[in-house]
Amino acid sequence: MSVMTIVQAINNALDIMLEEDKTVVMYGEDTGKEGGVFRVTEGLQKKYGVERVFDSPLAESAIVGTGLGMALSGLRPVVELQFDGFTYPAFNQVISNVSRMHNRSRGMYKVPMVIRFPYGGGINALEHHSESPEALYAHIPGLKVVIPSTPHDAKGLMISAIESDDPVVFMEPKRIYRAIKQEVADEKFSIPLGKAKVLTEGTDVTVVAFGAMIRECQKAIVMAKEAGISVELIDLRTIYPIDKETIAESIKKTGRIVIVAEAPESFSVGSELMAIANEEAFLHLEAPPKRVMGFDTIVPLAKGEPLYLISPERIFYEIERTVKF
Amino acid sequence: MLNTLKQPVEKITNTESKMIFGDFDPREDKILRIIDNEGEVINRELMPDLDNGTIIEAYKSMLFARTADEMAVSYQRQGRMYTYPPINGQEAIQIAAGLIIRRDDWLAPAFREMAIMLAKEVTLKEIFLYYMGNEQGSNFSKANHVLPICVPIGSQLLHATGIAYSIKYQKKDEVAFTFVGDGGTSEGDFSEALNFAGVWKVPVIFTIQNNQYAISVPVKSQTKSVNLAVKALAFGLPGIKVDGNDFFAMYVAYKEAFENAQAGKGATLIEALTYRKGAHTTSDDPTKYRTKEEEQEWDKTDPLKRLKKYMDKNGIWKENEEKLIEEYKVLVDKQFSEAENFTPYKLEEVFNYMYTNMPDILKKQKADYEQFQNWKENRK
Repeated sequence: MSVMTIVQAINNALDIMLEEDKTVVMYGEDTGKEGGVFRVTEGLQKKYGVERVFDSPLAESAIVGTGLGMALSGLRPVVELQFDGFTYPAFNQVISNVSRMHNRSRGMYKVPMVIRFPYGGGINALEHHSESPEALYAHIPGLKVVIPSTPHDAKGLMISAIESDDPVVFMEPKRIYRAIKQEVADEKFSIPLGKAKVLTEGTDVTVVAFGAMIRECQKAIVMAKEAGISVELIDLRTIYPIDKETIAESIKKTGRIVIVAEAPESFSVGSELMAIANEEAFLHLEAPPKRVMGFDTIVPLAKGEPLYLISPERIFYEIERTVKF
Repeated sequence: MLNTLKQPVEKITNTESKMIFGDFDPREDKILRIIDNEGEVINRELMPDLDNGTIIEAYKSMLFARTADEMAVSYQRQGRMYTYPPINGQEAIQIAAGLIIRRDDWLAPAFREMAIMLAKEVTLKEIFLYYMGNEQGSNFSKANHVLPICVPIGSQLLHATGIAYSIKYQKKDEVAFTFVGDGGTSEGDFSEALNFAGVWKVPVIFTIQNNQYAISVPVKSQTKSVNLAVKALAFGLPGIKVDGNDFFAMYVAYKEAFENAQAGKGATLIEALTYRKGAHTTSDDPTKYRTKEEEQEWDKTDPLKRLKKYMDKNGIWKENEEKLIEEYKVLVDKQFSEAENFTPYKLEEVFNYMYTNMPDILKKQKADYEQFQNWKENRK
C-alpha cells in the first residue's frame, strides 16, 4: 500500500499498464517531457521511451482521430486532452467515428482506446478550464464514460478503462487531483465499469453524485446527521453505462433522491437520474426527485465561480427540503 | 507614450513602400530583418521612413507594455490575480502592429496580445479585471472592434476571416488583424482559416507569434515544415517570415500586408520569430523543458534592447529610462487598484448575459438560488 493522490493513482495505473502491455501508448499536448500540465504522466516518458509516451502537435481532433487509427490497428492508445473545454475540437472524431466504428463494422473492428481529460470547476481558472461536459459524452451511443472520486477508484477504474475493448472517456476531477490522499494497493487491481458504489448507507434520502462533488456531499452529510437525517450516498463512478439497479434499490429503501453534479442542470446526468427514479422507483417516492446542479449558464470566471459552485450548505439545504417535503 | 497607445497613428507614412514579400521567399527560409542585435541597420534599403518621434513613442509603448507585463506577473505571484500569460519578449510585434492598426480596424486576439490590445484602447484595468476572473474585463469601455480574449487555440483566426468577409461585403475601409501562437498552427482551424481567406480574398492579416514553445512543446516537435510562414503558400496567400524582435522589420511587414489588404489583394500570413521570455502562464514552469543557456542566447535578441541600441547609436534617445519606468509603474498600479476595487460580483452577472432576454427557466434558477441565499443568511 502507498499513500496516493488521484494524480499519483492515475499515474500508477498508467505505469502498470505500460509495463504490462506493450501495445499501450500515451500522448497528448505536453504529456511527454513535461508529464502533462497536471503532471499525470510525469516520469512515464523517461521510463518507457518517446515511442510510447510522447508530446503530440497541438490539435485535439488529430489526437483523437489518430488514436482511433491506432486502436483499430493493434494498439491501446491512452490520449490526453488538456482541459474539459479543449475537448470540443475532437468532438467530430468522438461522435462520428470513435463511438461508431464497432457498430459500423458490425464488430469487425474494436476501439480499445481511452480519452482522458481533467474536468470541473473550483480551481479559479480561465474560461474553458472549469467545465463538466459528462452529459455531452454520455449522450453519445457507443462510449463509456467514467469519473472517479478517490485515488483508489481512479487507479482501479483507469486499469479497467485501458483493458476495455470499447472506447472510454475518462474524466478526472481536477479540483480534487491532489486534495485527497488515500492508501492505495501497489499491485494491479481493477474496478468494473458500470458499477456505482454505496459509500454511506442511510435510510431517509439517497444522494447520488460523482467526481469532486462526492467530497462536498460528505460534508453535507455531516450537517444532515446533526439535523437527524440519515443519508445514503452513492458514487456513480461510471456515468455510462449507468448503474440503474443500485440507484433504484436505494430509492426503494429511502423513498427520496437528491442528485448533486456541477454541470448545467437541464438535459444532464441529473435529468437521467430523475428519469431512473421515476421509471424504476416511482411508487416508492415520498418526495419529488431533486437536482442540486449548476445553473444553465457558462461557468463564471473566478470572481463569480463561488456563486456557481455547489456548496455543502446548498446540498444540505436541498436534502432537508426533500426530507421535509 | 500612453497617448500613442490610446490614439494609434491614423495614417501610416505615405511614402511608396517597396514591395518586399517576394524578396523573402519562405521556401528558402529567408527572414526579413532590418536591424541586428546590436541595433545596427543591416538593410538600409528597407528601413522604414519613420520619424524619430514615432520611434521614441514606439519604444516607450514597448517599455510600458513590458513594465505592465512584469507587474502583472508579480501581482499574480502576490495572489492578487489568477493565471496570467506573459507577453515579455514579444512587444515589438504587437507595438509595430499597433502603429498600423486604426480605431476601426478589427482585432481578434488569442490571449498573449496585451500590448496590441492596449494599442487598440483596451485599458489595462480591463485586462487586469479579466485575469482577476471577472468577465467585465471583456466588456471594453473605449476600444472599438476588439474581440474578447480567445482561449480555444486557433479558433479566433476563423472569426477574423469572417470579419474580413464582412468588411469586403460592406465595402468598408477596414482590415482585420488576428494572432495565433506557433502551437496554434497545428490546429485544423489554422489551415481552414487560411484556406477560406485565400478563397474569399479578404482583408485579414494573420500573425503567428512564433515564440518557440506551445507550453512545453518546441516548434520542432510541432511541425516538420521549414518554417511557419511557408504554410501560406499552399493556400495561395503571401507568407513572410520576419524577425519578430526587430521593430522595424515588423513595421514594414505590417505596412505591406496592410496596404495589400486595403488594395483588395487579400490576406497575408506573417510569421514573427520571437521568444517567450516568461512562462506560458503563471501556472507553468519553463525550467522543466528549456535551458538557461537557451534563454540567455535569445535574450541577446531582446526587442527592447535592440531598439534602444539603435536609438543610442543614432542619438535619438535622451530620456531617463529608470524614471520612465517609475512613472509607468504608478500608472499600472493605478489601473490595477481600479480593477481590484471593482464592484463585487453579483448573482445576476452569472445569469444576465446568457441571452438577450432571460428565459423563464433561468429566472427560476436564479430565484431558487436567492431563496437558498436567504435561508443561509437566516441560519446564521
